[in-house]
Amino acid sequence: MSEHKLSLSRRRFLASAALGTASVATGTIAMPSILRAAGAPVKLGVLHPVTGALSYSGQQGRLGATMALEEINAAGGIKSLGGAKIDPMLGDAQSTPEGGTSEVEKMNAAGVSCIVGGYASSICLATTQAAARYDLPYVVDVGVADSIVTRGLKNTFRFGPGFGVIAKTALDNLVAINDGAGKPAKTVVIVHEDSLFGSGLAKLLNAQLPPKGFQVLDTIAHPTPTRDFNTIVLKIKAANPDLVIPANYYNEYVLLARTMLQQHVRPKAIYSILGGAASSYKFVKDFPDAAKYIMDCNHWFNPLSAKAQALKKQVEAKGQFFTYEVYLNYSCVGLIADALERAASADRAKVTAALAGSTWSGHIMPYGPTKFVNGQNQGAAPCNTQVQDNDIKVILPKEFANGKPIFPMPA
Amino acid sequence: MLSPSILVAAIVNGLLTGALYALVALGLTLIYGVLHIINFAHGALLTAAMFAAYFAYRWFGIDPYLAAVVLAPAFFVIGYALQRFIVGPTSHGDDRNMLLVTLGLAVVIENALLFVFRADTRTIDLSYALSGVDLGFAFLPLPRLIGFGVTFVVAFALWLILSATDIGHAIRAVAKEKLGAELVGIDVAHVYAVTFGLGTACVGIAACLLIPSYYVNPSAGNAFVLVAFTVVVLGGMGSVLGALIGGLAIGVVESFSSLFLGESLGQIGIFVLFIVVLLVRPNGLFGAQA
Repeated sequence: MSEHKLSLSRRRFLASAALGTASVATGTIAMPSILRAAGAPVKLGVLHPVTGALSYSGQQGRLGATMALEEINAAGGIKSLGGAKIDPMLGDAQSTPEGGTSEVEKMNAAGVSCIVGGYASSICLATTQAAARYDLPYVVDVGVADSIVTRGLKNTFRFGPGFGVIAKTALDNLVAINDGAGKPAKTVVIVHEDSLFGSGLAKLLNAQLPPKGFQVLDTIAHPTPTRDFNTIVLKIKAANPDLVIPANYYNEYVLLARTMLQQHVRPKAIYSILGGAASSYKFVKDFPDAAKYIMDCNHWFNPLSAKAQALKKQVEAKGQFFTYEVYLNYSCVGLIADALERAASADRAKVTAALAGSTWSGHIMPYGPTKFVNGQNQGAAPCNTQVQDNDIKVILPKEFANGKPIFPMPA
Repeated sequence: MLSPSILVAAIVNGLLTGALYALVALGLTLIYGVLHIINFAHGALLTAAMFAAYFAYRWFGIDPYLAAVVLAPAFFVIGYALQRFIVGPTSHGDDRNMLLVTLGLAVVIENALLFVFRADTRTIDLSYALSGVDLGFAFLPLPRLIGFGVTFVVAFALWLILSATDIGHAIRAVAKEKLGAELVGIDVAHVYAVTFGLGTACVGIAACLLIPSYYVNPSAGNAFVLVAFTVVVLGGMGSVLGALIGGLAIGVVESFSSLFLGESLGQIGIFVLFIVVLLVRPNGLFGAQA
């Protein structure tokens, strides 16, 4: 037993030393969880890309998961297991699928009962599959690719909505908002980044918008990073569309919105689907003028939930923004804790069964009743948000709304 | 569909962006012209300077354009020290070693920045970022106009230093004939370090011009340095005038090809021009007068 412990921490130490300072931090955080393995606690793998290109999102995700764990443990742990604490084993996917799968191997060897996280679709696709080999239940935190839950993996669960549901909701809500204002918007320019996310979305929009009565005037692709958006904004200005739909990541989204403001290009609305910055408190704080009235269909928390607002305050007190990675991971850990409670066991098969039969309620998300079909929570749905009064308001669906759409946006 | 006014706007926009490319390229070309090494740490130093400009504004409320007055000498000292105490001694007189040392420096600087500042993107919002000159068909934002002007001032200053001061004469002598310069009593190690310092000072100024309209994260500088490499080769390695003209040309080509081919494909325009110039004038546009 002691030899086993020794070899694990030595291997971990060697790996950390080789991977440099950033992983050393991860190594030292993860090590105590192995040494503590002797007691009754339930082990939970918390897997995020905390280093590399996705490190910001990964660190936010880890924050949400650990805050939920601390809260659950402080409230007496899993009661059906005699108040067992949930013991996190933190892992770093290093922003790559391979990094993710090697962490799954380690977590499996360490005997975790369940894993939460992954963040990026590409990582989730790999890690869920790796976990499936060990019948290890896996709760995907973000990863919106629909293929994550359509491969028939019995161990994989996603509490949040997938891309198909988000895109459909976004288009339905766009029509609803436009109709509600007397159909002022007829023409669209799409600005998208040229990798899978942006191009895929642009293709979908080009197919779906014309039948709904919108004419797509131009579809402009750009690489990530793009240094300068002035030429793109010139093109938008020339096309003079009613709507601009950006599909890109945070930095480019902000640059585009700022350049549009600078060049006095003000369409009737800027409307995004999973927009990089559209529903980001950081963007609203840094550039309130550029962010004003931007609408987005994205993951969001239930603004009417007192628990959600309390959590938001807690996160902000730590000097962090309340981003979707935080509350999605917070919620996923809650879902797992509920499953453990009902399973009354740390056994993987029993936890999987409990997750599959989950009807968890009392969470902070604006979702319908929890019900898993093929691992996808059928209640999961995105929200439409709009930047109003230096804040982000939910404008649709109505039952969770704390604001009304302002459309077309005032000049 | 494209009206003439858009074409004019695209040219103006290209010139404004190109000036910033030129400024980054000025530092690079100077270092190449004298030390005959491609400074791979240029991008990382640019990023570091952008962080410096960012924190000067956030912590002390120093306007980025004012910060340039402080950052230029500060980065001159940093550049001088890097060359004098790290790049020079570790290369043991072999230029190829210098190249590898700068590559190593880039890795160290970038990762140190990542470790300290995480991967967050940081931006600043200046009160006058939205004001500027309205030409009717195009709006010229003040930060970009200032950037354009400062580039010319810096290029002129560099030209003045190189042609009218003792150290400038020494730099040119070392660039032309290192051994000969050493024989007539020029301290080559000092000249190398001064050149590296001047190149790094350019980066310090460029960072101050970039930060009002761009963002900074630990890899932000690289987006500009790749273009700057192209500018240096296009203009002629080691030529100040070449870097200036090359930068402006690249800016306009990029703007035009992005207008006609789209932003993704538009990057091709830069490299097509690059290859054509290399075929027709292998030394670059102004390569002869290094």
